Amino acid sequence: MDSTLRLIATNPLDHLARTVEALLVVASSPLSVAELTEATEDDPERVETALGLLRERFSERRSGIVLEEVASGFAFRASREASAACARLFERPIERGLSQAALETLAVVAYLGPCSRPEVARIRGVAADSAVASLVERGLISEAGRESGPGGAVRYRTTPLFERVFGLESLAALPRLDDLGADSEQIRERLLEVASARAS
Amino acid sequence: MASLRTVPQTPVRELDLDLEAFEGPFDLLLTLLLREELEPGEIDIAAIVLAFVERLAERDEIDLEACGEFLVLVSALLELKARLLFPDEAAELDALEPEEAAEELARRLAEYRRMKEAAVWLAERLAGERDRWFRLGPAPLALQPERRLAPQDPNALVTALRALAVPPPAVSLSHMALRFPPVSQFLERFRALLSRRRVFDFDGEVAGLSRVEQAVAFLALLELRKGGEIALSQGAPFAPIRISRIDDERTTTWTARSA
Repeated sequence: MDSTLRLIATNPLDHLARTVEALLVVASSPLSVAELTEATEDDPERVETALGLLRERFSERRSGIVLEEVASGFAFRASREASAACARLFERPIERGLSQAALETLAVVAYLGPCSRPEVARIRGVAADSAVASLVERGLISEAGRESGPGGAVRYRTTPLFERVFGLESLAALPRLDDLGADSEQIRERLLEVASARAS
Repeated sequence: MASLRTVPQTPVRELDLDLEAFEGPFDLLLTLLLREELEPGEIDIAAIVLAFVERLAERDEIDLEACGEFLVLVSALLELKARLLFPDEAAELDALEPEEAAEELARRLAEYRRMKEAAVWLAERLAGERDRWFRLGPAPLALQPERRLAPQDPNALVTALRALAVPPPAVSLSHMALRFPPVSQFLERFRALLSRRRVFDFDGEVAGLSRVEQAVAFLALLELRKGGEIALSQGAPFAPIRISRIDDERTTTWTARSA
Protein backbone atom coordinates (compact mmCIF):
# COMPACT_ATOMS: atom_id res chain seq x y z
CA MET A 1 0.00 0.00 0.00
CA ASP A 2 1.39 3.39 -1.05
CA SER A 3 1.74 5.93 1.69
CA THR A 4 1.58 9.60 0.85
CA LEU A 5 4.02 11.92 2.53
CA ARG A 6 2.76 15.42 3.06
CA LEU A 7 4.83 18.37 4.22
CA ILE A 8 2.69 20.54 6.44
CA ALA A 9 4.21 23.97 6.87
CA THR A 10 2.43 26.01 9.55
CA ASN A 11 3.21 29.58 10.50
CA PRO A 12 4.09 29.78 14.22
CA LEU A 13 1.87 32.86 14.46
CA ASP A 14 -1.20 31.13 13.05
CA HIS A 15 -2.71 30.42 16.46
CA LEU A 16 -2.23 34.02 17.60
CA ALA A 17 -3.61 35.32 14.27
CA ARG A 18 -6.74 33.20 14.72
CA THR A 19 -7.21 34.59 18.25
CA VAL A 20 -6.78 38.17 17.03
CA GLU A 21 -9.24 37.47 14.21
CA ALA A 22 -11.77 36.18 16.74
CA LEU A 23 -11.36 39.28 18.92
CA LEU A 24 -11.91 41.58 15.94
CA VAL A 25 -15.07 39.69 14.99
CA VAL A 26 -16.47 40.09 18.50
CA ALA A 27 -15.56 43.80 18.79
CA SER A 28 -17.97 46.42 17.49
CA SER A 29 -15.35 49.18 17.38
CA PRO A 30 -11.69 49.22 16.35
CA LEU A 31 -9.26 47.50 18.74
CA SER A 32 -5.80 48.92 19.30
CA VAL A 33 -2.61 46.84 19.35
CA ALA A 34 -2.43 47.46 23.11
CA GLU A 35 -5.94 46.08 23.64
CA LEU A 36 -5.22 43.04 21.46
CA THR A 37 -1.93 42.45 23.29
CA GLU A 38 -3.68 42.54 26.65
CA ALA A 39 -6.44 40.18 25.52
CA THR A 40 -4.09 37.66 23.93
CA GLU A 41 -1.50 37.99 26.71
CA ASP A 42 1.15 38.00 24.02
CA ASP A 43 3.94 40.23 22.81
CA PRO A 44 2.97 43.52 21.00
CA GLU A 45 5.41 42.85 18.17
CA ARG A 46 3.99 39.36 17.62
CA VAL A 47 0.46 40.83 17.66
CA GLU A 48 1.46 43.35 14.98
CA THR A 49 2.95 40.54 12.89
CA ALA A 50 -0.26 38.54 13.34
CA LEU A 51 -2.22 41.61 12.23
CA GLY A 52 -0.01 41.74 9.13
CA LEU A 53 -0.91 38.12 8.35
CA LEU A 54 -4.59 38.92 8.79
CA ARG A 55 -4.36 42.03 6.61
CA GLU A 56 -2.97 39.87 3.87
CA ARG A 57 -5.62 37.21 4.34
CA PHE A 58 -8.51 39.72 4.68
CA SER A 59 -7.80 42.08 1.83
CA GLU A 60 -9.73 43.39 -1.16
CA ARG A 61 -10.45 40.78 -3.86
CA ARG A 62 -9.27 37.97 -1.55
CA SER A 63 -12.09 38.08 0.98
CA GLY A 64 -15.53 39.60 1.50
CA ILE A 65 -14.22 40.92 4.79
CA VAL A 66 -11.33 43.40 4.84
CA LEU A 67 -9.13 44.24 7.80
CA GLU A 68 -8.38 47.97 7.96
CA GLU A 69 -6.46 50.26 10.26
CA VAL A 70 -8.86 53.00 11.30
CA ALA A 71 -9.57 55.27 14.30
CA SER A 72 -6.31 54.32 16.02
CA GLY A 73 -7.10 50.62 15.86
CA PHE A 74 -7.97 47.67 13.66
CA ALA A 75 -11.44 46.63 12.52
CA PHE A 76 -13.15 44.50 9.93
CA ARG A 77 -15.31 46.02 7.21
CA ALA A 78 -17.05 44.72 4.08
CA SER A 79 -15.00 44.58 0.89
CA ARG A 80 -15.66 47.40 -1.53
CA GLU A 81 -16.90 45.00 -4.22
CA ALA A 82 -19.78 44.09 -1.89
CA SER A 83 -20.79 47.72 -1.35
CA ALA A 84 -23.67 47.67 -3.85
CA ALA A 85 -25.23 44.67 -2.10
CA CYS A 86 -24.69 46.36 1.29
CA ALA A 87 -26.35 49.54 0.01
CA ARG A 88 -29.42 47.55 -1.08
CA LEU A 89 -29.84 46.13 2.40
CA PHE A 90 -28.59 48.87 4.72
CA GLU A 91 -28.56 52.64 4.94
CA ARG A 92 -26.07 55.11 6.40
CA PRO A 93 -27.94 57.33 8.89
CA ILE A 94 -24.78 58.98 10.19
CA GLU A 95 -23.77 60.58 6.90
CA ARG A 96 -27.27 61.03 5.44
CA GLY A 97 -28.20 64.71 5.00
CA LEU A 98 -24.97 66.08 6.45
CA SER A 99 -25.29 69.79 5.57
CA GLN A 100 -22.55 72.18 4.48
CA ALA A 101 -22.89 73.98 7.86
CA ALA A 102 -22.45 70.66 9.68
CA LEU A 103 -19.37 69.78 7.60
CA GLU A 104 -17.79 73.19 8.30
CA THR A 105 -18.55 72.82 12.00
CA LEU A 106 -17.09 69.31 11.92
CA ALA A 107 -13.94 70.65 10.27
CA VAL A 108 -13.54 73.34 12.96
CA VAL A 109 -13.99 70.79 15.77
CA ALA A 110 -11.66 68.27 14.09
CA TYR A 111 -8.84 70.79 13.64
CA LEU A 112 -9.29 73.06 16.67
CA GLY A 113 -11.09 70.77 19.12
CA PRO A 114 -11.84 70.68 21.88
CA CYS A 115 -13.66 73.93 21.12
CA SER A 116 -16.96 75.54 22.11
CA ARG A 117 -19.97 76.67 20.09
CA PRO A 118 -19.02 80.38 20.46
CA GLU A 119 -15.58 79.54 19.00
CA VAL A 120 -17.17 77.74 16.05
CA ALA A 121 -19.57 80.67 15.59
CA ARG A 122 -16.66 83.15 15.69
CA ILE A 123 -14.87 81.34 12.87
CA ARG A 124 -17.92 80.66 10.72
CA GLY A 125 -19.60 84.02 11.45
CA VAL A 126 -22.99 82.42 12.14
CA ALA A 127 -24.52 80.56 15.08
CA ALA A 128 -23.51 76.90 15.23
CA ASP A 129 -26.15 75.63 17.65
CA SER A 130 -28.17 73.43 15.30
CA ALA A 131 -25.07 72.13 13.44
CA VAL A 132 -23.43 71.14 16.74
CA ALA A 133 -26.65 69.49 17.98
CA SER A 134 -26.93 67.52 14.73
CA LEU A 135 -23.31 66.33 14.93
CA VAL A 136 -23.72 65.30 18.58
CA GLU A 137 -26.87 63.38 17.68
CA ARG A 138 -25.03 61.55 14.90
CA GLY A 139 -22.23 60.66 17.30
CA LEU A 140 -19.55 62.43 15.24
CA ILE A 141 -18.66 64.88 18.04
CA SER A 142 -19.10 64.68 21.80
CA GLU A 143 -18.75 66.93 24.84
CA ALA A 144 -15.23 67.37 26.20
CA GLY A 145 -15.49 69.51 29.35
CA ARG A 146 -16.14 73.23 29.67
CA GLU A 147 -14.18 76.41 29.13
CA SER A 148 -12.67 77.87 32.30
CA GLY A 149 -14.18 80.96 33.93
CA PRO A 150 -17.77 81.91 34.82
CA GLY A 151 -20.44 80.55 32.46
CA GLY A 152 -17.82 78.41 30.69
CA ALA A 153 -19.26 77.06 27.43
CA VAL A 154 -19.32 73.31 26.70
CA ARG A 155 -16.40 72.20 24.52
CA TYR A 156 -16.63 69.51 21.84
CA ARG A 157 -14.23 67.15 20.13
CA THR A 158 -14.56 64.54 17.40
CA THR A 159 -15.27 60.92 18.33
CA PRO A 160 -13.58 57.68 17.15
CA LEU A 161 -16.75 57.18 15.08
CA PHE A 162 -15.86 60.32 13.10
CA GLU A 163 -12.47 58.79 12.21
CA ARG A 164 -14.13 55.51 11.29
CA VAL A 165 -16.85 57.06 9.11
CA PHE A 166 -14.28 59.17 7.24
CA GLY A 167 -11.84 56.26 7.03
CA LEU A 168 -9.06 58.04 8.94
CA GLU A 169 -6.36 56.09 10.73
CA SER A 170 -6.30 58.95 13.25
CA LEU A 171 -6.82 62.74 13.35
CA ALA A 172 -3.22 63.06 12.18
CA ALA A 173 -4.39 61.74 8.80
CA LEU A 174 -6.26 65.02 8.16
CA PRO A 175 -4.49 67.29 5.66
CA ARG A 176 -2.37 70.06 7.18
CA LEU A 177 -4.39 73.22 7.78
CA ASP A 178 -1.67 75.36 6.19
CA ASP A 179 -2.11 73.41 2.95
CA LEU A 180 -5.79 74.33 2.79
CA GLY A 181 -7.37 77.61 1.70
CA ALA A 182 -5.85 80.86 0.58
CA ASP A 183 -2.97 82.69 2.18
CA SER A 184 -4.06 85.49 4.55
CA GLU A 185 -1.55 87.81 2.83
CA GLN A 186 -3.40 87.41 -0.49
CA ILE A 187 -6.75 88.09 1.21
CA ARG A 188 -5.35 91.17 2.95
CA GLU A 189 -4.09 92.57 -0.37
CA ARG A 190 -7.47 91.92 -1.97
CA LEU A 191 -9.23 93.67 0.92
CA LEU A 192 -6.97 96.70 0.59
CA GLU A 193 -7.59 96.75 -3.16
CA VAL A 194 -11.35 96.78 -2.61
CA ALA A 195 -11.02 99.49 0.05
CA SER A 196 -8.86 101.76 -2.16
CA ALA A 197 -11.22 101.24 -5.14
CA ARG A 198 -14.17 102.39 -2.98
CA ALA A 199 -12.25 105.39 -1.67
CA SER A 200 -11.41 106.57 -5.18
CA MET B 1 -52.88 72.53 44.28
CA ALA B 2 -52.42 76.28 44.06
CA SER B 3 -55.19 78.22 42.37
CA LEU B 4 -54.32 80.27 39.29
CA ARG B 5 -56.12 83.39 40.45
CA THR B 6 -54.30 86.65 39.86
CA VAL B 7 -53.66 88.30 43.18
CA PRO B 8 -51.99 91.70 43.52
CA GLN B 9 -48.76 91.18 45.46
CA THR B 10 -45.56 93.04 46.22
CA PRO B 11 -43.91 94.05 42.90
CA VAL B 12 -41.05 91.81 41.77
CA ARG B 13 -38.73 94.81 41.68
CA GLU B 14 -38.92 94.92 45.46
CA LEU B 15 -37.85 91.28 45.82
CA ASP B 16 -35.22 91.27 48.56
CA LEU B 17 -32.01 89.55 47.55
CA ASP B 18 -29.20 88.30 49.74
CA LEU B 19 -26.45 87.30 47.32
CA GLU B 20 -22.70 87.06 47.80
CA ALA B 21 -22.05 90.10 45.63
CA PHE B 22 -25.19 92.08 46.45
CA GLU B 23 -27.79 92.58 49.14
CA GLY B 24 -30.93 94.61 48.53
CA PRO B 25 -33.98 94.91 46.26
CA PHE B 26 -33.98 93.48 42.73
CA ASP B 27 -34.49 96.83 40.97
CA LEU B 28 -31.42 98.31 42.67
CA LEU B 29 -29.38 95.34 41.43
CA LEU B 30 -30.55 95.99 37.86
CA THR B 31 -29.75 99.72 38.16
CA LEU B 32 -26.24 99.01 39.45
CA LEU B 33 -25.63 96.52 36.64
CA LEU B 34 -26.81 98.97 33.97
CA ARG B 35 -24.56 101.68 35.43
CA GLU B 36 -21.71 99.14 35.33
CA GLU B 37 -21.13 99.59 39.06
CA LEU B 38 -21.45 95.83 39.51
CA GLU B 39 -19.71 93.09 37.54
CA PRO B 40 -22.41 90.89 35.89
CA GLY B 41 -20.09 87.88 36.17
CA GLU B 42 -20.30 88.12 39.96
CA ILE B 43 -24.11 87.90 40.08
CA ASP B 44 -25.49 84.44 40.71
CA ILE B 45 -28.72 84.47 38.66
CA ALA B 46 -29.69 81.01 39.88
CA ALA B 47 -29.77 82.42 43.44
CA ILE B 48 -32.14 85.21 42.30
CA VAL B 49 -34.47 82.64 40.70
CA LEU B 50 -34.29 80.58 43.89
CA ALA B 51 -35.21 83.62 46.03
CA PHE B 52 -38.23 84.31 43.80
CA VAL B 53 -39.35 80.68 43.81
CA GLU B 54 -39.02 80.58 47.61
CA ARG B 55 -41.18 83.68 47.85
CA LEU B 56 -43.76 82.06 45.58
CA ALA B 57 -43.71 78.91 47.69
CA GLU B 58 -44.52 80.92 50.81
CA ARG B 59 -47.88 81.84 49.30
CA ASP B 60 -50.80 79.57 48.49
CA GLU B 61 -51.78 81.46 45.37
CA ILE B 62 -49.78 82.05 42.20
CA ASP B 63 -49.33 85.70 41.28
CA LEU B 64 -49.27 85.45 37.47
CA GLU B 65 -48.51 89.14 37.03
CA ALA B 66 -45.47 88.90 39.30
CA CYS B 67 -44.29 85.71 37.56
CA GLY B 68 -44.48 87.40 34.15
CA GLU B 69 -42.68 90.48 35.37
CA PHE B 70 -39.99 88.34 36.98
CA LEU B 71 -39.47 86.34 33.77
CA VAL B 72 -39.02 89.54 31.75
CA LEU B 73 -36.58 91.04 34.25
CA VAL B 74 -34.53 87.91 34.84
CA SER B 75 -34.25 87.18 31.10
CA ALA B 76 -33.05 90.78 30.58
CA LEU B 77 -30.50 90.18 33.32
CA LEU B 78 -29.38 86.94 31.68
CA GLU B 79 -28.96 88.66 28.31
CA LEU B 80 -26.99 91.47 29.97
CA LYS B 81 -24.71 88.98 31.69
CA ALA B 82 -24.21 86.96 28.50
CA ARG B 83 -23.40 90.08 26.45
CA LEU B 84 -20.90 91.39 28.98
CA LEU B 85 -19.27 87.98 29.45
CA PHE B 86 -18.41 87.66 25.76
CA PRO B 87 -16.35 90.44 24.20
CA ASP B 88 -17.93 92.48 21.44
CA GLU B 89 -15.88 91.57 18.36
CA ALA B 90 -17.23 94.43 16.25
CA ALA B 91 -16.11 96.91 18.93
CA GLU B 92 -12.70 95.21 18.99
CA LEU B 93 -12.32 95.77 15.26
CA ASP B 94 -13.51 99.39 15.57
CA ALA B 95 -10.74 100.08 18.06
CA LEU B 96 -8.06 99.05 15.53
CA GLU B 97 -6.34 101.23 12.93
CA PRO B 98 -7.63 100.64 9.33
CA GLU B 99 -4.45 98.74 8.40
CA GLU B 100 -4.62 96.59 11.55
CA ALA B 101 -8.34 96.02 11.06
CA ALA B 102 -7.72 94.86 7.48
CA GLU B 103 -5.05 92.45 8.72
CA GLU B 104 -7.27 91.12 11.49
CA LEU B 105 -10.16 90.72 9.06
CA ALA B 106 -7.90 89.01 6.53
CA ARG B 107 -6.62 86.65 9.23
CA ARG B 108 -10.19 85.72 10.18
CA LEU B 109 -11.25 85.30 6.58
CA ALA B 110 -8.23 83.11 5.89
CA GLU B 111 -9.06 81.03 8.96
CA TYR B 112 -12.64 80.59 7.78
CA ARG B 113 -11.52 79.82 4.22
CA ARG B 114 -9.22 77.07 5.51
CA MET B 115 -12.08 75.57 7.47
CA LYS B 116 -14.29 75.79 4.42
CA GLU B 117 -11.65 73.98 2.38
CA ALA B 118 -11.34 71.40 5.15
CA ALA B 119 -15.12 70.89 4.95
CA VAL B 120 -14.81 70.35 1.20
CA TRP B 121 -12.01 67.83 1.83
CA LEU B 122 -14.22 66.02 4.36
CA ALA B 123 -17.16 65.96 1.92
CA GLU B 124 -14.94 64.52 -0.83
CA ARG B 125 -13.48 62.00 1.60
CA LEU B 126 -16.99 60.96 2.62
CA ALA B 127 -18.02 60.55 -1.01
CA GLY B 128 -14.91 58.43 -1.62
CA GLU B 129 -15.72 56.21 1.33
CA ARG B 130 -19.29 55.48 0.24
CA ASP B 131 -18.34 51.92 -0.72
CA ARG B 132 -16.83 51.26 2.73
CA TRP B 133 -19.34 49.42 4.89
CA PHE B 134 -18.75 48.38 8.46
CA ARG B 135 -20.77 47.24 11.41
CA LEU B 136 -22.26 49.93 13.59
CA GLY B 137 -24.74 50.14 16.39
CA PRO B 138 -24.79 49.31 20.04
CA ALA B 139 -21.92 47.08 21.08
CA PRO B 140 -23.08 43.51 21.67
CA LEU B 141 -20.24 43.18 24.16
CA ALA B 142 -18.51 45.84 26.17
CA LEU B 143 -14.78 45.94 26.70
CA GLN B 144 -13.72 44.62 30.08
CA PRO B 145 -13.17 47.50 32.47
CA GLU B 146 -9.56 47.71 33.49
CA ARG B 147 -9.15 46.22 36.94
CA ARG B 148 -5.57 46.59 37.98
CA LEU B 149 -4.89 46.04 41.66
CA ALA B 150 -1.56 46.54 43.30
CA PRO B 151 -0.05 43.29 44.67
CA GLN B 152 -1.64 42.58 48.06
CA ASP B 153 -0.14 40.90 51.15
CA PRO B 154 -2.53 38.30 52.66
CA ASN B 155 -1.02 38.92 56.11
CA ALA B 156 -2.05 42.58 55.91
CA LEU B 157 -5.62 41.43 55.28
CA VAL B 158 -5.44 39.10 58.31
CA THR B 159 -4.22 41.97 60.49
CA ALA B 160 -7.01 44.22 59.24
CA LEU B 161 -9.64 41.53 59.93
CA ARG B 162 -8.24 40.86 63.41
CA ALA B 163 -8.49 44.53 64.24
CA LEU B 164 -12.15 44.42 63.20
CA ALA B 165 -12.84 41.24 65.21
CA VAL B 166 -11.83 42.80 68.57
CA PRO B 167 -15.00 43.47 70.63
CA PRO B 168 -15.55 47.16 71.20
CA PRO B 169 -15.07 48.49 74.78
CA ALA B 170 -18.23 48.60 76.90
CA VAL B 171 -20.00 51.92 76.74
CA SER B 172 -19.81 53.77 80.04
CA LEU B 173 -23.03 55.29 81.35
CA SER B 174 -21.33 56.87 84.33
CA HIS B 175 -21.87 60.35 82.91
CA MET B 176 -25.63 59.95 82.96
CA ALA B 177 -27.02 61.78 85.98
CA LEU B 178 -30.49 60.18 85.98
CA ARG B 179 -30.78 57.87 88.98
CA PHE B 180 -33.89 55.97 90.08
CA PRO B 181 -34.22 55.28 93.82
CA PRO B 182 -35.81 51.87 94.56
CA VAL B 183 -39.60 51.77 94.91
CA SER B 184 -39.16 49.66 98.06
CA GLN B 185 -37.57 52.62 99.78
CA PHE B 186 -40.83 54.61 99.47
CA LEU B 187 -42.99 51.57 100.27
CA GLU B 188 -41.22 51.25 103.62
CA ARG B 189 -41.37 54.96 104.22
CA PHE B 190 -45.14 55.20 103.57
CA ARG B 191 -45.89 52.09 105.64
CA ALA B 192 -43.93 53.54 108.56
CA LEU B 193 -45.78 56.81 108.18
CA LEU B 194 -49.19 55.11 108.14
CA SER B 195 -48.30 53.18 111.25
CA ARG B 196 -47.84 56.51 113.06
CA ARG B 197 -50.60 58.57 111.34
CA ARG B 198 -53.94 57.54 109.90
CA VAL B 199 -53.97 60.13 107.11
CA PHE B 200 -51.33 62.18 105.32
CA ASP B 201 -51.02 64.28 102.14
CA PHE B 202 -48.81 62.95 99.33
CA ASP B 203 -47.70 66.43 98.23
CA GLY B 204 -46.56 67.33 101.71
CA GLU B 205 -44.51 64.16 102.03
CA VAL B 206 -42.69 64.44 98.70
CA ALA B 207 -42.08 68.19 98.82
CA GLY B 208 -38.39 68.89 98.41
CA LEU B 209 -37.69 65.67 96.44
CA SER B 210 -36.53 65.66 92.82
CA ARG B 211 -39.03 64.99 90.00
CA VAL B 212 -37.64 61.48 89.51
CA GLU B 213 -37.95 60.73 93.24
CA GLN B 214 -41.51 62.10 93.26
CA ALA B 215 -42.39 59.79 90.30
CA VAL B 216 -40.95 56.77 92.11
CA ALA B 217 -42.83 57.75 95.28
CA PHE B 218 -46.06 57.89 93.25
CA LEU B 219 -45.35 54.41 91.89
CA ALA B 220 -44.92 53.19 95.46
CA LEU B 221 -48.30 54.76 96.28
CA LEU B 222 -49.94 52.85 93.42
CA GLU B 223 -48.29 49.63 94.63
CA LEU B 224 -49.76 50.12 98.13
CA ARG B 225 -53.18 50.86 96.64
CA LYS B 226 -52.96 47.77 94.44
CA GLY B 227 -52.13 45.65 97.51
CA GLY B 228 -55.15 47.06 99.32
CA GLU B 229 -53.03 48.60 102.09
CA ILE B 230 -54.18 52.20 101.53
CA ALA B 231 -57.05 54.26 100.20
CA LEU B 232 -56.57 57.33 98.03
CA SER B 233 -58.74 60.36 97.62
CA GLN B 234 -58.52 63.66 95.78
CA GLY B 235 -61.10 66.43 96.14
CA ALA B 236 -60.59 67.84 92.63
CA PRO B 237 -58.13 67.49 89.76
CA PHE B 238 -54.69 68.74 90.86
CA ALA B 239 -55.87 68.97 94.46
CA PRO B 240 -53.63 67.30 97.10
CA ILE B 241 -53.79 63.49 97.14
CA ARG B 242 -54.88 62.22 100.51
CA ILE B 243 -53.64 58.85 101.72
CA SER B 244 -55.29 56.93 104.53
CA ARG B 245 -55.11 53.47 106.05
CA ILE B 246 -57.68 51.14 104.46
CA ASP B 247 -59.59 50.39 107.70
CA ASP B 248 -60.28 54.12 108.20
CA GLU B 249 -61.35 54.76 104.65
CA ARG B 250 -64.45 52.55 104.44
CA THR B 251 -66.74 55.44 105.16
CA THR B 252 -65.34 57.74 102.47
CA THR B 253 -65.63 57.45 98.69
CA TRP B 254 -62.38 57.02 96.81
CA THR B 255 -61.99 58.41 93.38
CA ALA B 256 -59.20 57.40 91.08
CA ARG B 257 -58.89 60.75 89.43
CA SER B 258 -55.33 61.73 90.17
CA ALA B 259 -52.58 63.44 88.38
